[in-house]
Amino acid sequence: MANSQVPNFFLALPEMWLLLAGCLVLVIDAFGRGKDRNTAYLLSQLTLAVAAVITVAMATDIRIFAFNDSYVSDMMGTVLKTFIYLVTAVVFIYSRDYLRERGLYQGEFFVLALFAVLGMMIMVSAHSFLTIYLGLELLSLSLYAMVALKRDDSDATEAAMKYFVLGALASGMLLYGMSIIYGVTGTLDVGQVAQRLASASEANNLVLAFAVVFVIVGLAFKLGAVPFHMWIPDVYHGAPTPVTLFVGTAPKIAAFAMIMRLLVEGLGDLHAHWRDILIVLSVLSMGIGNIVAIAQTNLKRMLAYSTISHVGFLLLGILSGTENGYASSMFYTLVYAVMGAGGFGMILMLSRSGFEADKIEDFKGLNDRSPWYAFMMLILMFSMAGVPPTLGFYAKLSVIQSLVDVGLVWLAVLAVVFSIIGAFYYLRMVKLMYFDKPVETAPLRANLDLRAVISVNALSVLALGLYPSALMNLCIVALTQP
Amino acid sequence: MGVEQILFYVFGAILVFAAGMVITVRNPVFAALFLVLAFFTSAALWILLEAEFLAITLVLVYVGAVMVLFLFVVMMLDINLAPLQEGFTRYLPVGIVVAGIIVAEIYFAVNAEHFGLQAVAEPVRHAADYSNTRELGRVIYTAYAYPFEIASAILLVAIVAAIALTLRAKRQSKYIQPEKQVIVRRKDRVRIVKMPPEREEPGTS
Repeated sequence: MANSQVPNFFLALPEMWLLLAGCLVLVIDAFGRGKDRNTAYLLSQLTLAVAAVITVAMATDIRIFAFNDSYVSDMMGTVLKTFIYLVTAVVFIYSRDYLRERGLYQGEFFVLALFAVLGMMIMVSAHSFLTIYLGLELLSLSLYAMVALKRDDSDATEAAMKYFVLGALASGMLLYGMSIIYGVTGTLDVGQVAQRLASASEANNLVLAFAVVFVIVGLAFKLGAVPFHMWIPDVYHGAPTPVTLFVGTAPKIAAFAMIMRLLVEGLGDLHAHWRDILIVLSVLSMGIGNIVAIAQTNLKRMLAYSTISHVGFLLLGILSGTENGYASSMFYTLVYAVMGAGGFGMILMLSRSGFEADKIEDFKGLNDRSPWYAFMMLILMFSMAGVPPTLGFYAKLSVIQSLVDVGLVWLAVLAVVFSIIGAFYYLRMVKLMYFDKPVETAPLRANLDLRAVISVNALSVLALGLYPSALMNLCIVALTQP
Repeated sequence: MGVEQILFYVFGAILVFAAGMVITVRNPVFAALFLVLAFFTSAALWILLEAEFLAITLVLVYVGAVMVLFLFVVMMLDINLAPLQEGFTRYLPVGIVVAGIIVAEIYFAVNAEHFGLQAVAEPVRHAADYSNTRELGRVIYTAYAYPFEIASAILLVAIVAAIALTLRAKRQSKYIQPEKQVIVRRKDRVRIVKMPPEREEPGTS
């Protein structure tokens, strides 16, 4: 029997390490009952560091498959996974004080986050519809629980409930689409689906288009593209800020990987079908995301709508259907994860016990209170708006470039117009910080590690913006691998 | 029409009816019981597909364990469903229109033309001694070892999440610890305080 040979377990070493370490953190935390949860925190950081070392050490130039082709190890996976570890480690550092002050500093937060990371890794390395779906469920289930972790808060529970119900609906849609594709091709393996689609008869086109619609609806729900974005503002607003920070950053990287594996690698032959759907989704996302964000008074909600508009941009690169487009989209995703971490990190830095700092007014006159961190926020806001020379500018530029390359000039113009509309609310933040009188006068009192990391985070956005080709080349290399 | 087809249509009709009743009946206990019926008929459909092991698991696990627990929860919590069902008749017309359109679309795409015997070959029928359980076991531990392990991680997360969201560190109820109760002495509980009388005796002034 071909399939009774022992699978190449070694290839999935990063996943196995994370599963093992996650279970260890769970047990150690459960038995080491004390007031202090630092052990869980430090062990989680160690877990991520070791996982990063293993992942980088195992990086290969060629694509290797394992577990009957349901697992793939390639450059794209290595790069995305490394960024996921990095972003998650930063999230942990930012979250520590906030969690401690609100009685949420529990081992469960770290354990669930580690399992969410495991889910993302599985999605990134998945090469079968089944593993993609299971990774997605592992990620989503951990995130639902994390959103509800502040269980006596009615906003958080409401957010978790909405997230859970809509997430389950989206999973159903995705599964239905996958099952139709299985019905037509007779396989769940991404590579074989692509092969059979290349030789599929014309008669199946209608069915495949139908399946693609369901798959894209599922993906759009998970990404939060308009018109499937309703959960994003409520979840971002209702969840405790560290969870918002986590939900808004690392899973976007995994979602990008999921689109690449499902749509590009698996259903690449149906590009003509999914391109038009993605155009509609991205135009709506950029439009509604940027315009509704202007009306927000809560910074978390504003950043939620800003996420929606960034998702629109991310889809632009993918729908262009070229290697360059995919690379620019990957670049955009990574840049967004870094910027988003910084943005939510600032909210966490300003917050203290009993004060969330999630209103836009809370940033008024930040320059008077702390010129340095006002400058950091300025860099992050400029980057999100896409002002040169920050990283966000190059991300937007490369996506638009890839659109112009395939002749979608009208879409490129539309993207620029929406970015300019979006620049309004980012620049309003800058105006509030520099030209308004502070309402809050209490000095900032965040821990040294948080201050240091947030400065590095914001400065890296500026530094990489001055020299963007390093990260861009990494994305191109990752995607043009044979 | 063979016996198998008649059976399929009978079970299919019962399944659709039961599924519809699950979301329309007012009493949650009846809804749970209709869900049991839906699981039972889908198990019957799986047996028609020669997937005996899955069918029996569905009956044992879902009907036997999960739904019984579910019924317990529904009965214990005494949820008032009236406010939940308030919007039902209001949204019904829109719901029917949307559902109708989707069903029509599904019918155009997923029909006999694309999934009939002309398009897809009839599955091979297995002999009576063919073990569905053994075949499943073989692929689960070989070809599907990786997804199988991921599924176990998902179950672990479900347990962690359920405990994290429901376990209370402090007990809400007051209870007596017997070992402390028996060593209690009078002086631990009662303190006798000498104090001057607050009020003059009546009639002395």
